[in-house]
Amino acid sequence: MSVSGELYLAVAAALFTIGAVGLLIRRNVLVMFMCVELMLNAVNLTFVTFARMLDDIGGQSLVFFVLVVAAAEVVVGLGIIVSIFRRRTVATADDLHILKG
Amino acid sequence: MDAAYLIPALPLLGFVTLLLFGKRLGDPAAGWIATLAIGSSFLASAVTFFALMGEDDHHRAVTKHVFTWLDVGGFKADAALLIDPLSMTMCLFVTGVGTLIHLYSVGYMHGDARYHRFFVYLNLFAFSMLMLVLGDNLLVTFLGWEGVGACSYLLISFWFERESAAVAGKKAFVTNRVGDFGFLIATFLAFGAFGTIEYHGMFEQLDGAAHTTLVAIALMLFLGACGKSAQLPLFTWLPDAMEGPTPVSALIHAATMVTAGVYLMARMAPVLAETPGVLTIIAWVGVITAFVAATIACAQDDIKKVLAYSTISQLGFMFLAVGSGAYVAAVFHMVTHAFFKALLFLGAGSVIHGLHEEQDMKRMGSLRKWMPITSATFIIGWLAISGFPGLAGFWSKDDILAGAWAENKALWAIGVVTAGLTAYYMTRQVALVFYGKERWRDHAEPHAEPHADKEELTEPEPVAADHHDHGDPHESPWTMTVPLVVLGVLSVFGGLLNLPFGDLAFLHDWLHPVFPEDIAPEIHVATNTKIAIGAAVTAVALVAMFVGFRLWSTRAERKELEPELLKRAWGIDALYSFLFGTGGGLVAAESAAVDRVVVDGAVNGIGNVVRMGGGQLRKVQSGYVRNYALAIAGGTVLVLGYAIVRMGL
Repeated sequence: MSVSGELYLAVAAALFTIGAVGLLIRRNVLVMFMCVELMLNAVNLTFVTFARMLDDIGGQSLVFFVLVVAAAEVVVGLGIIVSIFRRRTVATADDLHILKG
Repeated sequence: MDAAYLIPALPLLGFVTLLLFGKRLGDPAAGWIATLAIGSSFLASAVTFFALMGEDDHHRAVTKHVFTWLDVGGFKADAALLIDPLSMTMCLFVTGVGTLIHLYSVGYMHGDARYHRFFVYLNLFAFSMLMLVLGDNLLVTFLGWEGVGACSYLLISFWFERESAAVAGKKAFVTNRVGDFGFLIATFLAFGAFGTIEYHGMFEQLDGAAHTTLVAIALMLFLGACGKSAQLPLFTWLPDAMEGPTPVSALIHAATMVTAGVYLMARMAPVLAETPGVLTIIAWVGVITAFVAATIACAQDDIKKVLAYSTISQLGFMFLAVGSGAYVAAVFHMVTHAFFKALLFLGAGSVIHGLHEEQDMKRMGSLRKWMPITSATFIIGWLAISGFPGLAGFWSKDDILAGAWAENKALWAIGVVTAGLTAYYMTRQVALVFYGKERWRDHAEPHAEPHADKEELTEPEPVAADHHDHGDPHESPWTMTVPLVVLGVLSVFGGLLNLPFGDLAFLHDWLHPVFPEDIAPEIHVATNTKIAIGAAVTAVALVAMFVGFRLWSTRAERKELEPELLKRAWGIDALYSFLFGTGGGLVAAESAAVDRVVVDGAVNGIGNVVRMGGGQLRKVQSGYVRNYALAIAGGTVLVLGYAIVRMGL
């Protein structure tokens, strides 16, 4: 049996919303980072869903690009987080507002 | 005729040589080289003069092309020399008198710290002056015109350590600028009207030009002439120009440069002939200047100031002659005036030198016993300028007054009064300086008091010798007396150039090709009238001399004859400084206020708005990641919302 595409999209929207809200309200850098991943993968899910619904391979191939970029982003992002943890014992995102204008 | 190229080239060569090696040549070699340069230029002038004499009347205008200066579109100006009787007359007396004054300066400037530089300027001046008179078009003449102006500035403020000298130089320069503006406008107008600025090219097209344009050209050129030749209303710079070394006063501010305006008028005579109204203006400006300056000269105490106002007055006479159409008389008086005024200035320099930089005539007296050559030659100059029968000034002034008589009796009457005043103030000067008591003795010791500061700052002692005995006046060295003697001889016999008897009017015949009848109609004054006029003028002059001598050889203080108004030169300087100084100051203050409030206000206002706006906007940059994320999310929602609404989904 096949599940209708609308449900997939609904799940993706829910995941994206969870990620976005989490990003806004949490202060732990690692958690925020995971929220970003959540949003990215929600978008991936919509891509795949649309690819199947519309019978177009373009959506699926785009997912690969997103995955690659996300992987690169993880590398850079984690590197930054690790270096921040080296200098500070606690590290919430709000502690890092030294770039205030 | 090719010697013509050498006339301006030699002083230029002297200038370059002295500029490069002057300092090494030093005192007095630099002076001798400069004298040699201008002296050989005089020889070149003489050679050219005789070559031109050899031509017949109709071929006495030769253009010598040097190089094409400008050739732009329809505008063409050559660096070319115009050799004709008028320019050769000018060349001869400029280089002749110039040589004598160079020679005089060798002695006068001896010991000056900037000795060589003085002669650099002097040679540059000679070059510029020769370009002025030799120029074949208005542009080359203007080059010389500006050159002499610049040299005049440099030489007036030669002793620039003295503030008064620096200020006087500036004043001369700025006042001349006003006149130069007129010259430039006239050049533009001439090009617009004729399509050329070459003298002969312009004169050929006079018939086709609009009368208004010709009037404008003539008036603008006259404005230029007023500036250069120190006529009303632009004369105030010349008395101040006496701050320069005395040879400079003699060369530039008496004999040559200031006559450039008269020369320009004579050169443009064909244009003036088309505009009789302008000629009338010129005559009146000339005669009024002559009269005003003569009255001022009657009340001056400074030996050089008297001569300066006298120069202005004599230049007024020349303009009177131009305005009456008596161009030959103007040129004649220009030449004789160069002789006797250069003589008087150099004599005054000799006196100042002999008295250790004393310029106040009230502190002189009886000098004829101490300075025989200076006083003898000075007295000749005095007789010549006063119009003593037979001497140079007598003939030339007579010519001018005869021309004025034919033009307008009122002009003539003022001219005669001025001639009387001339005789009077010159007599006063001679009586104060060379006769009377030895008043310098009274002032020899208390030299210190109010005069001291000025004294320290005045002309650096030209002769280093006898620095110690501040006692008796002494005669000057031979380099200074020889020019005096030569000029004295010229002042006596200068009249022979143009005697009003039949064939003896050499200058008149010589200049005839430049001023033919259609430009300068023969002035018809009956012989009897002429003699009567001459006798009347001479009588006035002799009476004035007699009265002047009786008054001033006995007493040096006659307050009633030296009204304060005349001492202050009719308050014209004060009027100008009120108009342009105070008035200009007010305008400047108002402009400054506008600048502060409006211009600065706008600039500062923009700056303030930007700064305050930035101050508010920087609060957006909170540094909290969640704020940025919220902004991104909010922004995305807005953009999407907008897109959805627009697409009507």
